Amino acid sequence: MHNFDFVKPSTIADAVKALKAEGAQALSGGQTLVASMKQRLAAPATLVSLTGIAEMKGVCLGDGGLHVGGATPHADVAREAARHYPALAALAGGIGDPQVRNRGTLGGSIANDDPAACYPAGVLGSGATVVTDRRRIAADDFFQGLFTTALHAGEIVTSVVFPIPQAAAYEKFDQPASRFALTGVFVAKYADGVRVAVTGAGGDGVFRWTEAERALSANFSASAIAGLSVDPSGLIHDLHGTPEYRANLVKVLTARAVQAAG
Amino acid sequence: MTKVSMTVNGKAVSGEVEGRTLLSTFLRDGLGLTGTHVGCDTSQCGACVVHVDGRAVKSCTIFAADVAGATVKTIEGMANPDGSLSTLQQAFQDNHGLQCGFCTPGMVMASAAFLAENPTPTEAEVRHGLEGNICRCTGYHNIVKAVLQASGQDVSKIAAE
Amino acid sequence: MPKDGGIGASVKRREDVRFLTGKGRYTDDINIRGQLYAFFLRSDVAHGKLKAVHTAAAAAMPGVVQVFTAADFAAVGGIPCGWQVTDRFGKVMQEPKHPVLADGKVRHVGDPIAMVVAETLDQARDAAEAIDVEIDELPPVLNMKDALKDGAPKVHDELTSNLCYDWGFVEENREAVAKAFEGAAHHITLELRNNRLIANPMEPRVAVGDYEDHSGMHTLYTTSQNPHVIRLLMGAFVLGIPESKLRVVAPDVGGGFGSKIYHYAEEAAVTFAAKMLKRPVKWTCSRSEAFISDAQGRDHLTKMELALDKDHNFLAIRTETHANMGAYLSTFAPSIPTWLHGTLMAGNYKTPLIYVNVKAVFTNTVPVDAYRGAGRPEATYQLERIIDLAARQLGVDPIELRRKNFITPDQFPYQTPVAVVYDTGNYQATMDKLLELSDHAGFAKRLEESKKRGKLRGFGIAHYIEACGIAPSNLVGQLGARAGLYESATVRVNATGSITVFTGSHSHGQGHETSFAQVISEMIGIDSAQVEIVHGDTSNTPMGMGTYGSRSLAVGGSAMVKATNKIINKAKKIAAHLLEASEADIELKDGKFTVAGTDKSKTWVDITLAAYVPHNYPLESLEPGLEETAFYDPSNFTYPAGAYGCEVEVDPETGKVTILAFTAADDFGNVVNPMIVEGQVHGGLAQGIGQALLENCVFDENGQLLSGSFMDYAMPRADDLPFYKVDHSCVTPCTHNPLGVKGCGEAGAIGSPPAVVNAVIDALQRGGHTHVTHIDMPVSPARVWAAINNR
Repeated sequence: MHNFDFVKPSTIADAVKALKAEGAQALSGGQTLVASMKQRLAAPATLVSLTGIAEMKGVCLGDGGLHVGGATPHADVAREAARHYPALAALAGGIGDPQVRNRGTLGGSIANDDPAACYPAGVLGSGATVVTDRRRIAADDFFQGLFTTALHAGEIVTSVVFPIPQAAAYEKFDQPASRFALTGVFVAKYADGVRVAVTGAGGDGVFRWTEAERALSANFSASAIAGLSVDPSGLIHDLHGTPEYRANLVKVLTARAVQAAG
Repeated sequence: MTKVSMTVNGKAVSGEVEGRTLLSTFLRDGLGLTGTHVGCDTSQCGACVVHVDGRAVKSCTIFAADVAGATVKTIEGMANPDGSLSTLQQAFQDNHGLQCGFCTPGMVMASAAFLAENPTPTEAEVRHGLEGNICRCTGYHNIVKAVLQASGQDVSKIAAE
Repeated sequence: MPKDGGIGASVKRREDVRFLTGKGRYTDDINIRGQLYAFFLRSDVAHGKLKAVHTAAAAAMPGVVQVFTAADFAAVGGIPCGWQVTDRFGKVMQEPKHPVLADGKVRHVGDPIAMVVAETLDQARDAAEAIDVEIDELPPVLNMKDALKDGAPKVHDELTSNLCYDWGFVEENREAVAKAFEGAAHHITLELRNNRLIANPMEPRVAVGDYEDHSGMHTLYTTSQNPHVIRLLMGAFVLGIPESKLRVVAPDVGGGFGSKIYHYAEEAAVTFAAKMLKRPVKWTCSRSEAFISDAQGRDHLTKMELALDKDHNFLAIRTETHANMGAYLSTFAPSIPTWLHGTLMAGNYKTPLIYVNVKAVFTNTVPVDAYRGAGRPEATYQLERIIDLAARQLGVDPIELRRKNFITPDQFPYQTPVAVVYDTGNYQATMDKLLELSDHAGFAKRLEESKKRGKLRGFGIAHYIEACGIAPSNLVGQLGARAGLYESATVRVNATGSITVFTGSHSHGQGHETSFAQVISEMIGIDSAQVEIVHGDTSNTPMGMGTYGSRSLAVGGSAMVKATNKIINKAKKIAAHLLEASEADIELKDGKFTVAGTDKSKTWVDITLAAYVPHNYPLESLEPGLEETAFYDPSNFTYPAGAYGCEVEVDPETGKVTILAFTAADDFGNVVNPMIVEGQVHGGLAQGIGQALLENCVFDENGQLLSGSFMDYAMPRADDLPFYKVDHSCVTPCTHNPLGVKGCGEAGAIGSPPAVVNAVIDALQRGGHTHVTHIDMPVSPARVWAAINNR
């Protein structure tokens, strides 16, 4: 890979300052970024590591729900969120593999916004709020397409606040090679309605299946979506599945998530 | 070039690195610890797994500079102090849990971290726990057996002994 | 009681200790003082005219020592092919040039265009980006059938077409086979693809070239399964270096599976550059690069036909296969779809008439060569799939249809209609063993249990035979091999009794250091710890052909046995002298030489010392020393066989297939180390199951590799696989090698793909999806779902 300057600030303020430099880029867990740098697809002039910022790590209950620090590794979320938000903990515990989970972070995942990543489904499905160094962004406004978010250059995801649902589950169907989601569906039931977020399938990245949300808000059972179907147009077509296959998976996994949520 | 220092297998070490120097490169080329292998460039195969501050990580996907000051353990630090094989290493040999040996260091490091978190796993948990490590030789049968044996469970009943 | 040493004992592997402690010494662990680093700039288009390669800017970059292009290799030869196939009309195959670096044209994504040599790898790679390559893109040749049409673009302009050869076997049977089909009561047809695979040993390839100016000695350290073959091919055909000035070392090698048999351009390039620059040059392949530069496997498109009489006896088999060669002929590529494929088309069955037609085709893809099994998995897959299909169409039990047509034990040696003679076997026995171990009788109950959970359960079976221990040199010479296929060993007994064996076989995971020592230990009766097995260095091992085709113990082990017998014969002469007895009366047992019927004896060490300190020694009739070399050339292939059973569950909503149980009942002849043999089967099964369910090498319509990393090429992982049940208690020893062994390295990968696919089809059929009679591999969830839903 191309060489770069490496800096590792210990506060958010220092990180924000460092990211103002020309060609600076944030490095969180690096589980995606380092591989793309090896392929020379990314070539930052300065890499600003966020792994040394204590205030961006940890899981705790607070205003509005469960607060997860942007630099919290997936393994920590899997462990520490289990009591409060088991579906989110289970999602985090199923990302990648154990070594990826020890390193990859929530903030890194959603800032990258891979269309097959798990966390965007959890964040969107929970109607969570993304907190950055400068503002709060609703999940519905945060994800804006393939590898595209509302973040500005140099803006850091410092935490995400997840409202805790009455019931929720994440069902992931693995892409057999990468172990990303070939399709994943996060279903969460709140007092004011049900949210269904789909990852791995949408040609524009994570999306909400609003038809299913309406049906499930009226009747939170797998049978409620039996008559629905997902339009395959606009879904991803790759080596591992056609749009039709993914459309089928969205429905099957949604039903399974509803069942699992109970 | 900047200087980084860390503790590797109980010894304080330091060396000059570039920003782009990966931990795997620092261990192999900088310290001559060639037991850590590199089998891919997409963080999939797990041949490079080491422990950083007690956690299993893929050393080919971490910059050496990012773990300055950390405590690192590699396959070279896994044997008993007298040089004999540890319980886990011995279980790999007893059960023929390796063939070409290339994935083995990563398998051992991943298994050790896995057992530290889950000391008495089921077969399914072992298989899931080794999701980040690819072996092309063994078909995993004997690796899973080895990890189960290392956890103190009886593997004599497992098929194809 | 199981033995704790010698032949038949599951001796723990001695090599494990170094691998488990990080002390293995692989090629990438070798760093020579002053070494430079090579980086290859590769084509990013599949097919194009290479108009110019501008290197001046790159050459001026920091740290760059030299940039090599095709022009630098003008005076050396191309990468040779080691096998010449003669087609059905008696013409030799079309054999294109294969330059070390692309010359005039690029022919696949990954074709090397330039090699940058610099002080560091990063500098070499940085400089490669500064090379300006002018390519006029040409339409890529990708589809094999289109490639053979008139007017198709040509991969090699100097050839008449993209057809390498059109091979017929046995050509004389062509008409008789056609006639048999005309009169047959039943005619079953199946079209199938054997998916292209990537071997992906976990250690990527590495080559380090070194040159000693004072002696003129070249050394190449390389990740090879057969260093002597590399020395011969590279020395004689590419660089023109006599063997005496070229040493090739393959130290610990991290798996091969065929992909490290071949001589690759990078090996020649670094060896050449090391001499020119008078500095060592190291190249380490990245995994991404391996995906587009290691020879790949399989990729056959086949129409398979089976004729049966009214009683369901097999009458004839006819196949037509298009075999993808890729852009160039890799070392053994032409032999795979022909002699390693057509000769196995009889399987375990007494089919009287067989005709195999293979059209080998050049395409703008990565070259294809042997991958674990090589030709034999393709033959087995076709045969075992069509037998299942026939049973279904005829409404009979697929197991009974196989049993009815098996070659019976009294028929051995059995001459097949496809040239080979099977020496021994007992296929009913392996089938019986499989059904017992897999609890086939309990399947109906398990099926009901799955149904209750909404899952479809199926059981699939396959019986395979393979020809391995390759093989008689005079025969393979007639078939087009440009090399011998014997094996060699030097057994050096040291003065104080320890033994060093130098073998031409090469271990890259097979455990020869342990199992070969067990054989010597058994023959002489000394502790195997006294025996050291040395391999992988042409400077100290006799010329040998290396390890592939499940040949190490059958051929390499036999050479070692032959050399050891010479040692024992000589040792007995020495013992006879020391014991003042007749040589005929000397017996060797447990490392002791005794005069028959007396208590007079000498220990092994008495004899070895006498051989090297020959004070009391028959010098007039016997040379001092105790060292013997033997070359063993087998009189036939060996024919392992076995019955494999797979039990699957299919999730009809997602199409996901789960392997619930896999059972393998093999006949490997005699077994030296059961633990190692079982491990070989496990690994083969994982690769076969991987082919059947997960692995697929796919190029897009521009010839770009879509499955170009582990992110898209699905390698089997621990949680994709079950514990296997493997058994090798059915033994019909090989009749023509001294150990009675048959070889076990490839069996798992040969027998498992059809067993898996048969199981999936069985599950779907039992689940009511009777319209699904075939799904091409890999039987992925998406494909199963599409088949169920007619999409």
